[in-house]
Parts: sequence; C-alpha cells; structure tokens
Amino acid sequence: MTTGNERIRVLLAKVGLDGHDRGVKVVARCLRDAGMEVVYTGLHRTPEEVVTTAVQEDVDVLGISLLSGTHMSAFPNILKLLENEGADDIIVVGGGVISEQDSQALKEQGVAAILSQDTPPEQIVDTIRQLVERRGPR
Amino acid sequence: MTVTKGVRSRKSLSSLELIPAVRDGSTRAMARLISRIESGDPERREALTELYRQGGKARVVGLTGVPGCGKSTLVREYAKAHRARGQTIAVLAIDPSSPFSGGAILGDRIRMTELTGDPGIFIRSMASRGALGGLARAALETVDVLDAGGFDTILLETVGVGQDEVDVAQVAHTTIVVSAPGLGDDIQAIKAGVLEIADLHVVSKCDKQEASRTLTELRQMLHLGLNAGAQTAWKIPVIASSAETGEGIEKLLNAVDQHWRHLHDSGELADRRRMIVERRVIKLAEELVRDRFAEHRRQVGPHLVGLEQVVARERDPYTVAIELLNAFK
Repeated sequence: MTTGNERIRVLLAKVGLDGHDRGVKVVARCLRDAGMEVVYTGLHRTPEEVVTTAVQEDVDVLGISLLSGTHMSAFPNILKLLENEGADDIIVVGGGVISEQDSQALKEQGVAAILSQDTPPEQIVDTIRQLVERRGPR
Repeated sequence: MTVTKGVRSRKSLSSLELIPAVRDGSTRAMARLISRIESGDPERREALTELYRQGGKARVVGLTGVPGCGKSTLVREYAKAHRARGQTIAVLAIDPSSPFSGGAILGDRIRMTELTGDPGIFIRSMASRGALGGLARAALETVDVLDAGGFDTILLETVGVGQDEVDVAQVAHTTIVVSAPGLGDDIQAIKAGVLEIADLHVVSKCDKQEASRTLTELRQMLHLGLNAGAQTAWKIPVIASSAETGEGIEKLLNAVDQHWRHLHDSGELADRRRMIVERRVIKLAEELVRDRFAEHRRQVGPHLVGLEQVVARERDPYTVAIELLNAFK
C-alpha cells in the first residue's frame, strides 16, 4: 500500500573484524541527505546481530560494508539467515573492496547490488531507490 | 552496474492480519506493524482499535535529557539489569529527522549492540519526522503495539532535548530525566521545562569529577520545591550513575519500582492514566483536524486564499487565516 508517507529505511552495518567505517559513515550521510532513514549499527557486528537488527527495524535495505576480504563467506551467511527469518524481502546491498568476479558470484547468490569504493554518491542513492521501487510496496 | 537477482516482491499480511502474530510476540509482525503506523497505512486505525482494548499491561518508562548526556548508554545498562531480573523490555529510541531532507541517522543502537540477540529485548529506532515535543508522531501507537506484544516494560528514549520538549511525560508512567555533569550553572537547574517533568533524576557519568556539583544543584532545586508536581507525596530521587563503573543502575531500577508502587498505592496511577488518555485524545483530534485542513487547503489551492493581498499588505494574516478556517468548516 502506498500512503505517500513512506520513507526508505536502510540499515548500514559493518561485519566482522573490520575497523574502517569512514566510508560507511559517508554513505550514511548521503542517504540521509537523500531523505532516507538510516540505522547504523557501529563496528564489529556478527551476521546474526545484523539480521536481528534488520528484522526489528523492518528496513527496506540492508547495506553491508566489508573491507576485510571476508565477503564471500559473510554475504551468503547473511542471506541464509534472512531467509530463515522469513525476511528475504529485505534487499541486501554490499559495499567495499570486492572484485568484479566476486561481485558477479555474490549477485548470483542474491545480493542485489555491489557498490565499490569509487561509486559516486548519487549512484548509490539511485540504486537504492530503484531497488526499493522494483520490490514494490510490502 | 546491473541488478540481476536479489529483489523479492512479496505481499505481506495486511495490518489487521498481522494482529494475531503481534499478540504472539512475533518480532517481524511487530516491526512491520510499526512501519505501517509510521507510513500512515489507513488500516492501522482498525488494527490499533483491536490492540488497544487489550493493552495497558506494560509499564511505560520515559527517558529524556540533552544530546550526549548518555541516554542510550543508560538505556543499555537499564535493559541489561531489567533482563537480569527476568523481565522483558522493548526500547523505542527516537532520533531527529533532518528538517531539510527529511532523512535521519538513527544511531542509538550503536550503544546498545550487546543487547541484540536476546529475544526478551526488542529495540526499534524511530525518526522524529518533524514532531517537536521530543517524540515521534507514531510513538504512542508504537507503544500500543509493543504493549500488545507482551513486553513488561516499554522504554521510550526521546531525541536529545533542549529545555522545552516535555511530551514524554504525557505518555510515560515514570519519567527519568538524565543530566550530564558540567553543563550550566545552578540557574539552569531552577529554570522551567524538562527538569520539571522528572519523577526521577539521574546524573550520568558520575565517575567524572564535576558530577558532585550537578548532584548537589539538582538536590537543592528539589529541596526548594520548585518542581511542578508539588502536590504529590513522591520524593523525587537524584541518582548518580555511571555506565563505566555500573554505579547507580540497580538503584535506578529500584527507584522506578518504588515510583510504580507509589503510583499504585496513592491512587495517582489512575489519575496519570486518565491524563495520558486525555492528552492523547486531544492531540489526535488536533492531528486529524490538521490533516483534514491540509487536505482542504490542497483542494482550495493557495491562490484562492488571498495570500497576494497579504503580501501586498492590503489585508492582514489574521483576517485571512480566520477566513480560511471558516471556509474549512
């Protein structure tokens, strides 16, 4: 249903042993300035914590920032946990240093988009808007 | 960049259909219904009618204070201690929306991460979306949902307030006002506003040296009897707390319990409940009028209202406002 009062809600999370959150904070700010409501979890979250949070916050999009190279195990894990919670209508987007080959593989598994360190802010905003629009009301 | 998979459209249950699962305490159902309330789903009204009738079991505790005074950290310690006593707790944490973009950064959870994963704790972040009293428009109805979900206590954390945002006291059974040490002088403590709504005062970060002065000033203010709730027998405590050392947390929980018992035994609880309902009904009526008015204005269009004449100073804003209002009736 659309009532005109919907705001896109996004959870941004840092998973695992990765202390770099400059990038994710910049993204949070961009999304805020584009009118979205952004929940930020802070550093060093487990996939379980992230999924629990995403469900409680009922977000449209779950953005995971990973700069530690563990994306090939973290993303499938998170997708599986979301499915177990019956929450696989939450759109998962990845960000960080992820090779083209890995990106393709992750998209095959159900990550909706991978944004790299040189993706311009407007494109991040547009991608999220388009994905939520494609999903439609829920 | 192409998008291949990863977007699943699924019609979930309607707001009314979510109710049985909400009553069973389903996190997902509660979370979804709260979103529906926020977005103004027309069916929410019926859903809330259903939920409201069986509500009223949860204790609602409000927590307020200036930005950075340690509200979220105190919420974390409070929730942990509460869980240790075997009680469930839901937290509604409100952060401000941008007046420019309407967006928000909801960061209260950063301080509460260690609570995630305990099924007896539900945390929801909410943007104020332009509400001015320290809460969000959807806050009260969210309390109804969490109440129906069976939580023993619902903790409302307001946005970081200034001096004048006192809505939380019109919702909560017990209001905690958190002050951080080292802000302002003793005149601040006797000013009207936020400090007056406290059933309990907490001075956070009491491991800091300046804390003892803040404690003294608050105690002196209370001793002078300058608080608004002067007709009650309740002696407002001032509790020193520190998340660093754990000091004061048990004391705070005990004080909230004592306040609850006081409300109960003195009969003030009934008065407070009536006051909460009265404010709520009046506020809702005002909102409904405002909504209808906005709708009316959309239909009439600004050009018909005589704004140009006001701009040209041929007429005054007051006269035109009254005209507009009369046309609306």
